Amino acid sequence: LKNLLEHIGIEPGRLHFSWVSSSEAAKFVEVALEVSQAVEKLGPANYLTKGKAQVA
Amino acid sequence: MLEYTEKIREIAKRLLEENVVDAFIGYRKGSVPMMNQPVMVKNPDEVHLLHWDSHSGLNLCNYLTKRTERIGIVANGCNSRNIVTHIIEKQISRDQLHIVGIPCTGMINHRAVKRAVDYRGILKVQEDGDKFNVKCRDFEKTFEKKDFLQTNCAICTHRNPVEHDEMVAKPLQEQENIEAYNDVKKTEQMTSEKKWGFFTRMLTPCIRCYACRDACPLCYCPTCFVDESGPQWVGKSVDLIDTMTFHILRAYHCAGRCTDCGACERVCPVGIPVRQFTKKLNKDAQELFSWEAGLSLNERPPLDVYRPDDYNEFIR
Repeated sequence: LKNLLEHIGIEPGRLHFSWVSSSEAAKFVEVALEVSQAVEKLGPANYLTKGKAQVA
Repeated sequence: MLEYTEKIREIAKRLLEENVVDAFIGYRKGSVPMMNQPVMVKNPDEVHLLHWDSHSGLNLCNYLTKRTERIGIVANGCNSRNIVTHIIEKQISRDQLHIVGIPCTGMINHRAVKRAVDYRGILKVQEDGDKFNVKCRDFEKTFEKKDFLQTNCAICTHRNPVEHDEMVAKPLQEQENIEAYNDVKKTEQMTSEKKWGFFTRMLTPCIRCYACRDACPLCYCPTCFVDESGPQWVGKSVDLIDTMTFHILRAYHCAGRCTDCGACERVCPVGIPVRQFTKKLNKDAQELFSWEAGLSLNERPPLDVYRPDDYNEFIR
């Protein structure tokens, strides 16, 4: 899925997958920080997003 | 491939008369040129309806899902792979089927033919060996079939059926040294921005008729996610993002199952190259799992088995 979404133009770094067990608090923090930093760097998403409904 | 027609009729007649099968699924000539229709023959007197030529591009495997009677079916390479996928996914059992294998030299791209005659009204298309003749009202021309193959047929490496009970002709030499994924590789090289632009332009004409889904033998869910209304997974208008969502998900549902039969692309009324999505997934399936769909009855597809050495670079 990640490959396909990046293939159609979602930026690498926008989509993250991880497996964190309930006992791995430290890993959770680490992953959350990493994700937020990666996404912050990319800025707001412009592709595959829907704005508010536009009524003609 | 015209000469297969008589043979198919003969086999169908025998199977029905000897009560080997209850029904025989094949193609009949369509009401307009280059558009063969699926037909189910149950009476040996009706086998004259059956037909085969290079316009038999719809996938007959569609008509097998959850059938209970014994069925005879014609199958070329890609169709037979879809039948295998159907059996693996328990949509039909192998014992019910009598597969009549067809070594296939590829289907003619009807859009390319129309383009080649400047969109004149085509009255008749007559095939003769590796050439075919197109008749319009006051125009006639003979073309080479190899220049007009559907794009999926041009890169096909499974022209002979992988599973069959009998064959209508000797197996063909398979094509070799085919670079199947040149177009996908080209897209992969683009920047995210370019890619997004490419697919946006590609999907803008989509009218959400779902013909690609309906033509696909892999799409047999009783209710498709796009038709669900509670919850409604995806918007129903031709909003670009909804259309994109539909196409991405449709393709993803075919991951590791698609045989690149080209039915989706063939039926698209606005000519969107929808295989650009499924091809990327086929390429991934091949590169990451060394998998091509529907080649063996004894192997489970990569997305429904777990192996410790599965590709997992995307996960952290």
